[in-house]
Amino acid sequence: MEQGRIYITSAVVLRNGVMVKDGSVIFRAPEKGAAFLQAAYEHLGIDYPRFYKMDLLSKAGTVAVDMLLRVHLGAWAYRPEETGMVLSNRNASIDADVQYLEASKAYPSPALFVYTLPNIVIGEISIRYKFKGENAFFISETFDADWIHWYVTDLVQRGLLKACICGWIDVMNEQPDGCLFLVEQAPAATGQLFTAENLWDIYNKDYEM
Amino acid sequence: MKNKQELILHLKEQIIKQLKLEDKKPEDIGDHDPLFVEGLGLDSIDALELIVLLQQEYHIKLKNAEEGQDVFRSIDTMADYILEHSV
Repeated sequence: MEQGRIYITSAVVLRNGVMVKDGSVIFRAPEKGAAFLQAAYEHLGIDYPRFYKMDLLSKAGTVAVDMLLRVHLGAWAYRPEETGMVLSNRNASIDADVQYLEASKAYPSPALFVYTLPNIVIGEISIRYKFKGENAFFISETFDADWIHWYVTDLVQRGLLKACICGWIDVMNEQPDGCLFLVEQAPAATGQLFTAENLWDIYNKDYEM
Repeated sequence: MKNKQELILHLKEQIIKQLKLEDKKPEDIGDHDPLFVEGLGLDSIDALELIVLLQQEYHIKLKNAEEGQDVFRSIDTMADYILEHSV
């Protein structure tokens, strides 16, 4: 391990009723959409009542990051300002937007309105773990590993972050689709090198066997 | 109009549903428990939802934001306000 290099120290994929951590299927459920996320929440034994108030994008992010940070949190060596998030998706907050639009035909709901921005998922995760580092949410047609790699590397190399949760988190037609990476620059970090190729490989692997 | 005890139970059920307090049951909420911070732990977005609840279900519009601090102190104060202002 070389000082200064950035590593992918963990990865979680959430797709088609399957949750995968570091290449191993850790949860599989026949339910889809909201029911799948609820089943995952219960399976993981998460106790975070705020979860019930969230839109599906934030629920997907919460479940995925909970799994992503397990083991790691016990030895978390970073200050709140040193941990950031760089997320992306294709459909922004469309699921929450539609929910809000439908509800507004009767009465507009403030609790639905607050989720009508995709970066709220970053806020929810930050509230839970008290992260205060740089963050950004990008919209792109497909997962853009090159962009995520370039942007996160820049933040780390400029000394703004030492750890970053990055990747793809999307919801369309109530179906979550996520692939999140924990990347770290630390002497104790182990894992694959943080390269665009490795991000692509993890993202593209078929986990539905 | 319901009597106060019926209204209090109904309010607890409505608040649990509207604010998605899915880990709570009506019996978990004391009539005089504070709704915000300690007690039920509601936040500012929940306060807006309570205002919507009053308008939607009871056709009561708060006169100003300051009034909300007293009205939403507890389920008991909410019930008193509804009984006093329902038409």
